[in-house]
Amino acid sequence: MLAVFGDPVAPELARTLDLAGYRWKSIASPDEAADDEPPEGWSGAIVDSTTDSAGAWAFARAIRRRDPGSPPLLALVSGLQLGDLDQRDDLFDDFCLTPFHPTELEARVRHLLYHVGGGVRPEVIEHRELAVNLETYQASIVGRPLDLTYMEYELLKFLAQNPGKVFTREMLLNRVWGYEYYGGARTVDVHVRRLRAKLGEEHAGLIQTVRSVGYRFGQSRWG
Amino acid sequence: MIQAQREYVLRSVEERGVRLIRLWFTDILGNLKSFAISPAELESALEDGMTFDGSSIDGFSRIQESDVLAFPDPDTFEVLPWGDTKTAEARVFCDIHNLDGTPFDGDPRQVLRRHVRAVHGQGLTFYVAPDIEFFYFEPPVPGQRPTPLDEGGFFDLTTADITGTLRKQTIRTLEAMGIPVEYSFHEDAPSQQEIDLRHTDALTMADSVMTFRVVVREVAAAQGLHATFMPKPMEGVQGSGMHTHLSLFRGDDNAFFDPDDEHSLSPLAKSFMAGLLRHAAEITAITNQTVNSYKRLVPGFEAPVHVSWARNNRSGLIRVPIPKRGKPAATRLEYRSPDPACNPYLAFSVMLAAGMRGVAEGYELPVEADANLFEIDDDVLVKLGIDHLPKSLSEALRAMERSTLVQEAVGDHIFEWFLRNKRTEWHRYTTHVSTYEIDRYLRVL
Repeated sequence: MLAVFGDPVAPELARTLDLAGYRWKSIASPDEAADDEPPEGWSGAIVDSTTDSAGAWAFARAIRRRDPGSPPLLALVSGLQLGDLDQRDDLFDDFCLTPFHPTELEARVRHLLYHVGGGVRPEVIEHRELAVNLETYQASIVGRPLDLTYMEYELLKFLAQNPGKVFTREMLLNRVWGYEYYGGARTVDVHVRRLRAKLGEEHAGLIQTVRSVGYRFGQSRWG
Repeated sequence: MIQAQREYVLRSVEERGVRLIRLWFTDILGNLKSFAISPAELESALEDGMTFDGSSIDGFSRIQESDVLAFPDPDTFEVLPWGDTKTAEARVFCDIHNLDGTPFDGDPRQVLRRHVRAVHGQGLTFYVAPDIEFFYFEPPVPGQRPTPLDEGGFFDLTTADITGTLRKQTIRTLEAMGIPVEYSFHEDAPSQQEIDLRHTDALTMADSVMTFRVVVREVAAAQGLHATFMPKPMEGVQGSGMHTHLSLFRGDDNAFFDPDDEHSLSPLAKSFMAGLLRHAAEITAITNQTVNSYKRLVPGFEAPVHVSWARNNRSGLIRVPIPKRGKPAATRLEYRSPDPACNPYLAFSVMLAAGMRGVAEGYELPVEADANLFEIDDDVLVKLGIDHLPKSLSEALRAMERSTLVQEAVGDHIFEWFLRNKRTEWHRYTTHVSTYEIDRYLRVL
């Protein structure tokens, strides 16, 4: 669980963390950080200093003073606040400029948590621009959430779990729909077409047709 | 499976911050009906259905049995791609049940489900692909003729652009909702568009047609314009049809295809087509259900008038498109009379029922009519055994009321209500004194 300073947390930040599949809590004060702390402790903290700079640094200082061991901390600062970082090297492990690029923030949070084991991350399948969060049932492409029906989600999840592997329609039907389904193997084609439509033209190629065999997600393993 | 689907829907509502779930269903005439519930009510709606007063909806219940249940079909849950993302809305199609849990007789979606299951019992899946035509107009003014956005003959760059932009936005929205588009283009008439949907199973397609009509209207309304599926909104130019491509698959194989036949058509395809032809007049009231529908089905505007079939002749009722070489999966029949104002659930049901009757009874396929039928005199056609489609709603209703096929296909409740409702519509029309009559007779008689 991540502690995120900011009440409310900026929507862009909340969205990025959600889509990346992190569990997090909005924290307004050092006291709240102590009260709301989960039994296993905070695995990391994100301090957004763009709206309340003084409060944010006070919060960071309070987190740092805790023992045993304080969680790794990422500070968000605007370009005009870069000066605030002077003399405060002890208060943060990494920082990110706002407005941030979601992919950059995601990479920095991942890296921040890397050496503490990153135990907050639920199972997320990532394949280039596509992310499928198995815990929340949400899929996104380049950070844009995809609105999928249940069967579309199940098919995409199955394919993304097995990148580079070729499946016949019958295999997909059995593995994704189960034997009781009566639609016939054409159902698979219809769902693949719908998934491609939702992925958009640019990413439709993630699911490739393998002529007279079936489908493959992503590139062949042999390139 | 159903439990996992429910869980998926509930979780998606939470994750996407959906504030409102619209429960969609369709009345007998094919009007989309909707009521909204909050996420808090969704779980119990999925488990136990939502009770509502059916008597408030045309053709649903009689007063004494007015309450019915709407059961959301979780596989049709979709977040709607329009509106504010902060207050996202979703829709889900519903099946209507009686309070005792039995399917409600007045629910067209369950009529189609029954037919789809029946053919599945024979190892077949029914696939459908409609080509939907419609018009864009300026917002309608009561008592005035509709104003197209681009006048035929005049090439007006700015307005011609508007219809193209609308069409592109519509396609983007459809694709985001998982409704793949095959082709789209500006049709012959001013402001007329055509969007062809890629084939899918009949039930999903009927849902898609309902969604399609909402999307087309919403996209137009957002620009202050009006989209209409009225079959013949302007005289002198062609009307809007919904040519429907039909095929039956046995697993992966197209059951209409036979490599050894000279036309590549299987015996199943031929008797299915024979069934459609023999029962065409009976099902026309369902596929063409308004007074106005019959102003489209006239000679000279690319709409079928005669009950005939051909491979490459667009004057017939059924066309058998010649599939590209080596594409047996594309073998299909194109049934050309339906218009986009029909109830897609009932229309697909009666087309399937008519075709399957031909299969069950082993009907013989009449000879192909490859001449241009519009140029042949009626008495010659009679000798050839080629009938007219009904020429008016009244004729179509007369053919329908004698049809045990249609009665069985849609069930007694819908059959009786539909005939009653449509006879009233016809009566109102025949007693109406039109502008045509005033212009034609007032001064000279």
